[in-house]
Amino acid sequence: MQSLLSLSKWQVFAWLIGVCLSAPLAFLIFESLQGDSDVFTHLWDTVLWDYIYNTLVLIAGVLLLSCLIALPLGWLTAYCQFPGKKYFEWALMLPLAMPTYIIAYVYTDLFDYAGPVQIALREWFGWQSPDDYWFFDIRTLGGAIVMIALVLYPYLYLIFKTALREQSFKLLQASQLMGMSPLQSFFKVSLPLARGAIVAALALISMETMADFATVHYFAVSTLTTAVYDTWLGYYSLTAAAKISGIMLLFLFVAITLEKISRKNTTVHERQSAVNDTHLYVLSGKYAWFASTYCIVVLFFAFALPIGVLVSYSIDYFDQAWNAEFFLYAWQSLKISLWVSVIAIALSIIVLFYQRIGEQKSKALPGRVSSTGYALPGTVLAIAVLLPLTLLDTKLNEWLEGTTFEPGLLFSGTIFAMVFAYVVRFYAIAQGAVEASYVRISPSLDMASQSMGKNFAQMLSSVHIPLLRGGILTAGLLVFIECMKELPAALLLRPFNFETLATHVFQYVSDEQLELASISALFIVLVGLVPLYFVNRSMEQHNS
Amino acid sequence: MSSLSLKNLSYQYDGQKVIENLDLEVAENEIVCLLGASGCGKTTTLKAVAGLLTPQQGQIVIHGKTMSNNTQFTAPQHRNIGMMFQDYALFPHLTVAQNIAFGLSKFNKVDKQARINEMLELVHLSEFAQRYPHELSGGQQQRVAIARALAYKPNLLLLDEPFSNIDAQVRFQLINDIRQIIKDQKVSAIFVSHSKEEAFAFADKLAVMHQGKIAQFGDAKTLFEQPACKEVAEFLGQGIYIPAQAYDKREFITSFGKIASTKASDNAQSSGQIYIRPAHIQLENGPTNDVEILQSRFIGTEFIYQIKVAEQIIEVPVESEHALNINEPVTFKIKPHAVNFFS
Amino acid sequence: MKKALAILLSTVTCLPAMAAEEINIYSFRQPFLIQPILDDFTKHTGIKTNVVFAKKGLIERVKREGKHSRADVVLTSNFSALMQLESMDLTQPIKSDVVTKNVPASFRDPEGQWVALTKRVRNVYSSKERLGKLDALTYEELADVKYKGKICTRSGKHPYNLGLVASMLAHHGESETKSWLEGVKANLARKPQGNDRAQVKAVKEGLCDLALGNSYYFGKMLQDEKQKPWADSVYINFPNQTNRGAHLNVSGVVLTKYSKNKENALKLIEFMTDNKAQNMYASMNMEYPVKPGVALSELVASWGEFKEDNLPLSEISKYRPLALKLIDEVKFDL
Repeated sequence: MQSLLSLSKWQVFAWLIGVCLSAPLAFLIFESLQGDSDVFTHLWDTVLWDYIYNTLVLIAGVLLLSCLIALPLGWLTAYCQFPGKKYFEWALMLPLAMPTYIIAYVYTDLFDYAGPVQIALREWFGWQSPDDYWFFDIRTLGGAIVMIALVLYPYLYLIFKTALREQSFKLLQASQLMGMSPLQSFFKVSLPLARGAIVAALALISMETMADFATVHYFAVSTLTTAVYDTWLGYYSLTAAAKISGIMLLFLFVAITLEKISRKNTTVHERQSAVNDTHLYVLSGKYAWFASTYCIVVLFFAFALPIGVLVSYSIDYFDQAWNAEFFLYAWQSLKISLWVSVIAIALSIIVLFYQRIGEQKSKALPGRVSSTGYALPGTVLAIAVLLPLTLLDTKLNEWLEGTTFEPGLLFSGTIFAMVFAYVVRFYAIAQGAVEASYVRISPSLDMASQSMGKNFAQMLSSVHIPLLRGGILTAGLLVFIECMKELPAALLLRPFNFETLATHVFQYVSDEQLELASISALFIVLVGLVPLYFVNRSMEQHNS
Repeated sequence: MSSLSLKNLSYQYDGQKVIENLDLEVAENEIVCLLGASGCGKTTTLKAVAGLLTPQQGQIVIHGKTMSNNTQFTAPQHRNIGMMFQDYALFPHLTVAQNIAFGLSKFNKVDKQARINEMLELVHLSEFAQRYPHELSGGQQQRVAIARALAYKPNLLLLDEPFSNIDAQVRFQLINDIRQIIKDQKVSAIFVSHSKEEAFAFADKLAVMHQGKIAQFGDAKTLFEQPACKEVAEFLGQGIYIPAQAYDKREFITSFGKIASTKASDNAQSSGQIYIRPAHIQLENGPTNDVEILQSRFIGTEFIYQIKVAEQIIEVPVESEHALNINEPVTFKIKPHAVNFFS
Repeated sequence: MKKALAILLSTVTCLPAMAAEEINIYSFRQPFLIQPILDDFTKHTGIKTNVVFAKKGLIERVKREGKHSRADVVLTSNFSALMQLESMDLTQPIKSDVVTKNVPASFRDPEGQWVALTKRVRNVYSSKERLGKLDALTYEELADVKYKGKICTRSGKHPYNLGLVASMLAHHGESETKSWLEGVKANLARKPQGNDRAQVKAVKEGLCDLALGNSYYFGKMLQDEKQKPWADSVYINFPNQTNRGAHLNVSGVVLTKYSKNKENALKLIEFMTDNKAQNMYASMNMEYPVKPGVALSELVASWGEFKEDNLPLSEISKYRPLALKLIDEVKFDL
């Protein structure tokens, strides 16, 4: 039974990973089932439904707006040639590097009563006081929707564009022959075919939106995430906070299930007749102008403007903001992000490999179960992670009592807690990106390599991993950026004297003094740009 | 010693029986085709032989070594088999030479290179050594695939519909080439297909499968002329059923007259159906006996008439010189032949 | 086996060895507010300080860490946190004559479980041009219909506001306080958002006429070039001078139950209650020192003397949970 034994090795690893990554959630659920529903009942009777409503509206709004922004952009850059497209293609991904709270703050500053926009309007029109005119208030649910969509649309854009490029162009040519205009072809052929990819991206965006804390908190929009935070830290009821998290998890479960259902219908793509540069619709005249302008407008609001403001702050407040701690914070942020990326990718490969070669009906479970960490917003994650880790530390200390070594808080009090929390949270991204690559590897390659004398481990290393390069790179990029931006979990879990760029910036943003940390904020964005550049370059080489 | 021996092989999945009590013997240097419609279990059988799935019951012996029975199971990588696939399964990230070298990890550098060159020569692709699979045509890729599969001298070659993705123009040439290579290398092979033309061209023996069992095993001519059951008969060629009564050992009575059979049958006095192929039908202008011509088509040497008789449709070729006048009634006759009778 | 693992772990992990002369501080107060004081402490005593700052969540962390916690002291920015720490059994008595001498009894726990370090008033700022100085203003008046659409405040759930609501509960009871809250909510110019300084900024811009804010922010704003215009547009008012006095909050400190450096921690606490540190609190942070006799900063002194609500903090703090519930009941923030 050689084959079965080696299979069980993978099964064990995969399940081990699944258990470890879902332990925080399990602990949290257990905690939420404890008594004390007083606080929860109180919230249920008063504000909880408002929170739910706000959360759902927020998510729906962000999804809608992301589609409106990203889908046309994806189509334009995948199938058309227009002026500047070469630059727009990668530039449109830049907002990914921007944390939502930074963009939220910049826009508040700009559009506030005392901000440059309203001042200019008042001067121009001679208005004196707020009663003289109406101006939109950015610190609302609507404002939050716009802010978050501006930062998250690149997920949909990237995934949709890739899906489009891999569709067989022959299908579009066939539809063209049947008399359909490019626009009709888009709606009738490209969009439905890419449905699976779109739903996957939207599920991702919903999860990110639901977990956003800093923006809604800053905008004073009360959602389930802020409710968890307030309930745990304001009412001091972890149980009630856990129960609210349960509601969020329900939504998440729906999102993931929808995504899985729609993914079932996608097939391995035929890469032979994928789109290449000779197939593009060449736009001219007003269409070309429209395309370029659309890209410019999106880029301006999602990236250029916020960056511009940050740069101007950095220049104005240079003396106060620049200090040697930056390099330290930057280095620390980088270190953490690298570690987490590597770990998350390695783990996801193991889990996905087992999913591929396993014969048990339950083989998809470790992957699903490991992805649940994504549901936990930063603060809840911090507590959820501390639950098992503190237990571990307690046991370890007890066990080693009497020896010379007192580990203290080896797991929950050191960088381990942060890394663990980040991996739990961002594992889902890594798995998603790697899985997208994995399904494109034909099963017959597995059979071929096995028949030629390779065991599972050799197959993984000599066949799968080289072919997974694209997915691994994407996974690494996405996880890296998320780690750089991550805030609430870092705030709570970091060991003494450990700052990341994000925590440093937040300290000042919360005091409405972003100017003083503008250089750190800029750093976060710039560092986030570096991997974007490399991935984009490798994607271009891949395509040509 | 046979190359492959399957005894009593059974596999089920999700409560469904996919293959049931299968027996098969493949002799040395023999090419056997597992032929059947999709869902008949042929690919499952192939995978079981490869070790890619574990049968619940039965024994698999390759080249005298037991690979799988109720107490043991040898992993695929230790069975010394070669495989070919419908989608070629060439590793896209490796060159042609590297692909061929994939199974040669036990060779030292010098021997490995020699073997690669040898295999490339065999398939006439020596100049393509440094190319990548996507730069090659389908036929070329499949040739690389066979080179790769044979490089490490396997005992048995398993081919999973390898010609389905090949352009029709080059398909039969490729079939010939690969058959030649296999014969030259003196390897045995099992080949799975749903196409009887491929089976006829490529295999020495056919095993027609139906619902998880082998309906009949033997050479193509025998199976074609003497199908053991309806499923085999229908699969291997067009035909129609005519109700008939066995009169005696060499005669059958039908509504189209008596038919003399050139082979003796032991179905005396029973009623059933006889299976008639186009070659057994004679059409001529004359008093009609319940036959209708639906279409006619000229293909140079022959006319093909699509006729409806006994409520079935069949296409019958007739030499051009004996072309019918389709405006006049047509008589349907059955020529004497080795009648296939099913009771 | 255990021993081997212990040795292995100790060589592999890079846990910093705890220097003898070091204390760990969990702080709700932002580092730049307390760092100068800590630096001074280190200069004087040679004891190094390590600070972990978080606006929220530190109490939970200390609780989870239990007896392995490395925190020696927790610095809070409001008194309800002090009470919370005590009620969760995370503190130990601060036994120090120095502290007892420096801090008046009403500003420390009778059993020494917590000590207040600075006082701050919850002021109401009024627009200079539109409302003028409101010496006779009371908190209760904020619910009056005459202020409809004129009030700005930060979230009702922030500890500073919760403290105020709790004190209202202590003085007036639940049903009156609830009506008061509903009245104030109806008077809000906009949804509660931002911090205390942002409310003053809103007054300057004309969005509202009254803002709730802590006293020291006023001083801080006057010192900041960008924020000075905001502060210049308002008067600082001390409510309820004609009855019970203005509501006070405090920042404070506790000694953690499982502190590993009790002696050094005590030294820090003593330092913080003593003249030098109290002076720094007063002059740098614009706060009111707890130690009597310590001079106020000139600016703070210029705001005048005022009557303090001297209902014991421990009394007020009892109503904090109810205050939070009420905020949700009237949906103050929504």
